[in-house]
Amino acid sequence: MDRQEVLEGLADVAVELLGVDREQVTEDARFDEDLDVDSLGLVEFVMAVEDRFEVKVPEDRLEGITTVGQAADLVLEMAGSGTPAETALRGPNAVSGAGG
Amino acid sequence: MNDPARRRVAVTGLGVKSPAGTDLDTYWTALRDGTPTAGPIRRFDPSILPEQFRFACEVPEFDLAPYLDFKEARHADRAAHLGVAAALDAVADAGDLGAVDPARCGVYAGCGVGGLMSMEEQNQVLHSRGSSRVSPYLVPMMMANATPATIGMKLGWTGPNLCVATACAAGTHGIGEAYMLVRHGVADVMVGGGTEACMTPLAMSSFGRMGALSPRVHEPERASRPFDPDRDGFVMGEGAGFLVLEEWERAVARGARIYGEVLGYARNTDAYHITAPVPGGAGAAACMQMALADAGVDPSAVAHVNAHGTSTPLNDASEAQAIVKVFGERAVPVTSGKGVTGHLVAGAGAIEAVAVLLALGEGVVPPTANHDRDDPDLAIDVVAGAARQVAPGPVVSNSFGFGGHNASVVLGPAPA
Repeated sequence: MDRQEVLEGLADVAVELLGVDREQVTEDARFDEDLDVDSLGLVEFVMAVEDRFEVKVPEDRLEGITTVGQAADLVLEMAGSGTPAETALRGPNAVSGAGG
Repeated sequence: MNDPARRRVAVTGLGVKSPAGTDLDTYWTALRDGTPTAGPIRRFDPSILPEQFRFACEVPEFDLAPYLDFKEARHADRAAHLGVAAALDAVADAGDLGAVDPARCGVYAGCGVGGLMSMEEQNQVLHSRGSSRVSPYLVPMMMANATPATIGMKLGWTGPNLCVATACAAGTHGIGEAYMLVRHGVADVMVGGGTEACMTPLAMSSFGRMGALSPRVHEPERASRPFDPDRDGFVMGEGAGFLVLEEWERAVARGARIYGEVLGYARNTDAYHITAPVPGGAGAAACMQMALADAGVDPSAVAHVNAHGTSTPLNDASEAQAIVKVFGERAVPVTSGKGVTGHLVAGAGAIEAVAVLLALGEGVVPPTANHDRDDPDLAIDVVAGAARQVAPGPVVSNSFGFGGHNASVVLGPAPA
């Protein structure tokens, strides 16, 4: 899975969940200001991204993620941190420790 | 009645999203002609239900875009879709409200169970995929107050905003409680009504197990037959109705079209059984009598009764007894719109109030669809077959809910 693939996948998810135009989902697009995603929306977005890429994104890793590009980097990192099946099997607490 | 602080309340806007139509003209035509709307369930795969219950009264498809944007619609249950659309229709129908103080404008909406379909779908997600896959939006989708909350946000009205959860009585309670706020000077403009979308596999299974649903699947359009001796249960419906209730002088001053006036209101409780009405309809009779006293209207002056008339053996018998107790035997024309629309639960009293106001405008009582003959055990005058011309006058509109909740509102024609 390369970065371009991830970005395209994120754009798919954003179009489906947020009803935004594909062109809006640039690397620099900010979730809150540009895509109008609030905190609940971010939880839903991450769930859809996890399903799409078969990764598990620990909640504490979302801190500081504000743009689509940063989200793509995080997905790539998570995808590389173990086989998708193994990662998905672990709960958020197991991955992130007590803070999950 | 002789309360100097009591203000008159005009009805200046109407909106419906009903099985019989999603605009006022279509809805009223179906009501006036007595055209039933029940048919096979299309909104979900009904094969999970016993065959005899696989029909209902569904609201025809309509475009949500004028009411809710993409994300708002995705994060709201059908109960809110129907309710918000009907309420915004009612406000649009009221025309230019002029300068309003948002703190003195509000929304009361009846809703029996809230976003049940969303809850059932997410419960499946929970059990098939685990807690971490449950939508963070489920809570605001399933909460019964999502509808009034969303209507308030859409209008920017910051005044009183409540959900009334009195089951099948909630639509009339939503109107009546909103009326009381305008009448007593708490608010100047209120949107009052109700919404429901509990036409779901789980709810229909339970209503079916209760014996409350008609099993007439071989002729669904004839299944909802209020006060007919062959009635055998209600037909599940979905939908919403709302009224704009406006302080009278304000409505007159802005030149509003006034559909009618809310003359009085009462609510009480049987305090008897969680689902069965008290035998003899004592609670319902007392409720109607209190509403008439509140309106200062003698029973002999009532032009017609818009009955709860669900088509269940029990409701229709006890309601007929209550009507006889208040008005005498066959002394007042009685009708039930549920032969056309099925039973919309919290939407029922609301769309029926809309029908009453439209009926007042035409000087007719719409017929009770599928009432083929009178039940010899019920001594009431049921309007059936065709709409009946009547002299304009006050109308009593009833709703009764599981839990023993009763609500009666008295609606009068606009001054000529």
